[in-house]
Amino acid sequence: MTDREIIELIDKSIAEEFELDEAHMKPEALLFIDLELDSLDIVDLVVVLENAFQFKIREEDSIQEIRTLGDIHRFVINKKKELNKQ
Amino acid sequence: MRRVVITGMGAVSPYGKGVDTFIESLIDGKSAISAVANLADMKGLRSRVAGLVKDIDPKEIPRKYRRSMSNMSIYATLASREALDQARLNAEQCASGQMGVAIGSTIGSTQASQEFFDKFLSTGGLEQMKSTVFFKIMNHSCAANVSQFLGITGRTLSPSAACSTSCQAIGYGYEMIAFGKQDFMLCGGTDEYHPLSTGTFDILNAASVKFNDQPYRTPRPFDRDRDGVVCSEGSGILLLESLDTARRREANILCEIIGFATVSDPSNIANPDMASIKRCMQLALNDANIKPEEIDYVNAHATSTKQGDIAESEAISELFGDDTPVSSLKGHLGHTMAASGALESIALVEMINRGCLIPTLNLENIDDACANIRHICKFERSSIRIAIKNNFALGGINSSLVIRRYKDD
Repeated sequence: MTDREIIELIDKSIAEEFELDEAHMKPEALLFIDLELDSLDIVDLVVVLENAFQFKIREEDSIQEIRTLGDIHRFVINKKKELNKQ
Repeated sequence: MRRVVITGMGAVSPYGKGVDTFIESLIDGKSAISAVANLADMKGLRSRVAGLVKDIDPKEIPRKYRRSMSNMSIYATLASREALDQARLNAEQCASGQMGVAIGSTIGSTQASQEFFDKFLSTGGLEQMKSTVFFKIMNHSCAANVSQFLGITGRTLSPSAACSTSCQAIGYGYEMIAFGKQDFMLCGGTDEYHPLSTGTFDILNAASVKFNDQPYRTPRPFDRDRDGVVCSEGSGILLLESLDTARRREANILCEIIGFATVSDPSNIANPDMASIKRCMQLALNDANIKPEEIDYVNAHATSTKQGDIAESEAISELFGDDTPVSSLKGHLGHTMAASGALESIALVEMINRGCLIPTLNLENIDDACANIRHICKFERSSIRIAIKNNFALGGINSSLVIRRYKDD
């Protein structure tokens, strides 16, 4: 997958799960403020990403640092690269 | 003790959304029952008919609230909002602490439980579980979801007594207001259809199985050819409030609740007992401080089972004689389970205010064993001043409400 394809799949999966308008899916969008997600949604967000990319990320410490949609893009791209090296 | 009145009603039924659709379909004599093809997929299930909710849009409820709701909570939320709108109560009154909720279901969502265990068993663990699954399965799911959505801050009660659930919910709400603990109570019941609902009755040989090709002909309360329950889904919600509050805010009063009783029948966990049903109705009359001859109409539970219809008609005959009009709405609606008491109470309020009696649909040949009461077999114009509403549940839980046309005295 290219980085572009990864970003598109992330945006599509999150928009579908949380019924978000794709126009709001901008990298700078803050998850809790701009996308109006909350702590319950973050639990489900992890499940959505794990299903979309077939990896396990629930125990990753760096998830705690995610604040924006762009942070998710970067996190998943890095995770995919890391897995590809293994 | 404070007097308690009904000032709002909401319905989601197999006819669709809203009280108007519900009552007009009943008056038109429409059956809400249809054939459900996928029931044939369940091995051992012989009944293939049900009353399923249609024409609603769950997305009327924002995702943030809807994510913790199964269908039964969605039905209850839409019906609750309609009841509050009719009562002209707003967010401020919901948040006043003087409004409570008494809404129950038979159990938490079976569909959500099924989805949980499907994933749990197929993956061997919890990794695929969404955060909101528990909120759909917990027993007080519907009451909690309605309170969350409407911002209600008073007491939350979630009675669960199968087919007596919403009759009890209304009764407990009535008592809570009468005792001055709350000014407003949003009361009722809700259930969503799952094949196991029908399965529960089919295992007991109490589900209708002979009309799979003619679903509109079943159930048939009190009829010679009745063959059991048809399960349905929906929600009925009534807004109860103290008469003082209703007068102060010049609310449109729909009816008054004047009596309630609920009793346990320990004689058998499944079979209804005539003496216990009679005792329940008598206690409700005592609570209302009225005599049997003051009852103008009996809205029966009558689900179309062999034993239940006979026990109820005998109890009605012993208490009210053979001249008081009786009908059951199960012939139209099927059995909406935890919603039945509330949906049928809504219909009763409408019958009182419209001056009419809705007949028992599909009652073509009265069973000799049920012939000791006056059955309503066709639509009648009639002035009802006071009526009694029955609901009886597996587990031996009987309940009755007494409802009076409101007069400003």
